[in-house]
Amino acid sequence: MESFMKKQSIQLIVNGRKEILEISSNLTLLHLLREVLTLTGTKNGCEAGECGACTVLLNGEPVNSCMILGVECDGANVLTVEGLAENGSLSKLQQAFIDQNAIQCGFCTPGMLISAYALLQRNPNPTNQEIREALVGNLCRCTGYERIITAVFSSAQE
Amino acid sequence: MLNPNTRMPKFSYIKPESIRQASEFLELNSGQSYPFLGGTDLLIALRDKKLKPKYLVDLKHLDHLNVLTFDSAKSLIIGAAVTLNRLIESEDVQKYYPVLVQGAREVGSYQLRTRATLIGNLCNASPCGDMIATSMVYKGIVNIIGTYGSKSVELESFFTGPGETILKPGEIVVSLSLPISPSRAKGIYLSIGRNKLADLAIAAVTVLAYPDETAFSGFRFLIALSAVAPTVIFVEEAQSLLSDKPIEIATLKKAALIAKNHCKPIDDIRASKKYRQEMIHSLTLRALIAVWEDLQKN
Repeated sequence: MESFMKKQSIQLIVNGRKEILEISSNLTLLHLLREVLTLTGTKNGCEAGECGACTVLLNGEPVNSCMILGVECDGANVLTVEGLAENGSLSKLQQAFIDQNAIQCGFCTPGMLISAYALLQRNPNPTNQEIREALVGNLCRCTGYERIITAVFSSAQE
Repeated sequence: MLNPNTRMPKFSYIKPESIRQASEFLELNSGQSYPFLGGTDLLIALRDKKLKPKYLVDLKHLDHLNVLTFDSAKSLIIGAAVTLNRLIESEDVQKYYPVLVQGAREVGSYQLRTRATLIGNLCNASPCGDMIATSMVYKGIVNIIGTYGSKSVELESFFTGPGETILKPGEIVVSLSLPISPSRAKGIYLSIGRNKLADLAIAAVTVLAYPDETAFSGFRFLIALSAVAPTVIFVEEAQSLLSDKPIEIATLKKAALIAKNHCKPIDDIRASKKYRQEMIHSLTLRALIAVWEDLQKN
C-alpha cells in the first residue's frame, strides 16, 4: 500500500474530458476542481457540507465536493456547472434561472443548478415540495428561494 | 497553484484490497490510522483538528460492504457502505422498516445522503445520531470483523458513551442486521433541530409499537430518546406503563411525562437542558398519539 504522503495518480473524467493527475491525499475534490483544473464555477462556501455551494455530480449523483477527497475519485465521472451548457448554449435549466430572475449575487447558483439538474434527472416532473426537499442542501442568502424554485419548476414544465 | 489546504492535515490515503487487509493494517497502525466510508463526519473532524491520523483507510469500495439484502423469512442486512439515499430508496426497507427510512430522511441533505452511511452514523456514535435509535427499536445487530475472525453484538451494547463504541483497533463493522420487524408494528421518528432543514437533532423521540396478546393492554411499546443522554436511552418505565395499563389519552400523557423526567440532557451550543426536556415531553406525546392512532386503524 502507499507510503506516507506520497502523491497519488488518479484518472477521472470531468465534464466529458479525461484528466490524469498527481495529487496529495489531502486535496479535496473541491480544490482539485478549482485549483488544479481551474474550474472555478464550483464555489467554496462553508467547507463543512452544509451550504451546498460546492455541489457537483459524482457518478451522476450530487455531492458536496468539499467533503470528498480527490483520491477517492479515481475512475469517477464528475460534472460541474461548466458542463451544463450544451454545444455552447445555456441549458434549459440555466436559461430558466435567468428568465425567472433566480440569481442575485450568483454564489449559490452553480450548486443550485447541479442539485436541480440532478433532481430533474431522477424526477422529470417534480412537485414544488419535491423541489424544496431536493434543494435543502443548497443555501441562498439573497433570493429567498422562491424564484429559484419557480425556475426549476418552469424548466421541468417545458 | 496556491496551496488551498491550510485546514486539512497531512495524511496518506489507503485503499485496501480486502476487509482482512484493512483490519490488519488498522490493528498494526493503531492510534495512527482511521477507517472511513462516506467521510461526512470525518472530514469535518480533520479540518477541526479533532482527528490527526497518519493514515485514512477507505473501505467503501469493498464488495462485501455494499450488500443490501432482505429475506422476508429472516432479516435485513445493511452493508457498511450502503448510503442513506440507497437505504431510503429501497422498497423493502420502506415497507418493513419505515422508521429507519424516517430517520435517514432527517440526515443532512440529499448531497450528504449520497455519501453518508448508516454504519458510519452508528460508529460516529453521536448522542444525536438519527440512525441510532431508529436502528435500536428494530433490535439491530452489529456484525464486526477483526483479525481474530468475526463477532456480532446487539446494538444496545455497542455504545459506551458520546462518540464511543466497543470497537477496538482493527475491528471493522461490516453490516447491520435487523430481524423481521414485529407484525403490524407502527412507528415514528420525531426530531427537532434549530431549523427545519438539515440541522442535527436537539432532541428526538423514536416510538415503535405492535400488538402483543401477552401484554395487558394488548400492545408493546418501545420509546427511545436521542440527544438527551450520553447515549440513546429507552424509557422502560413508560414502556411498562403502556403494556400494563389500558391505553387512553391519559396514559399517553403520563408516559410522555415519564420520558421528560427520565432524560438527562445538558446545556450545549445548540440548546439548553430545560429546552430539551420540554421538547422531549412534547415530542414523546406527539409520537405516542400518532402511533396509537395508527395502531387503532388496524
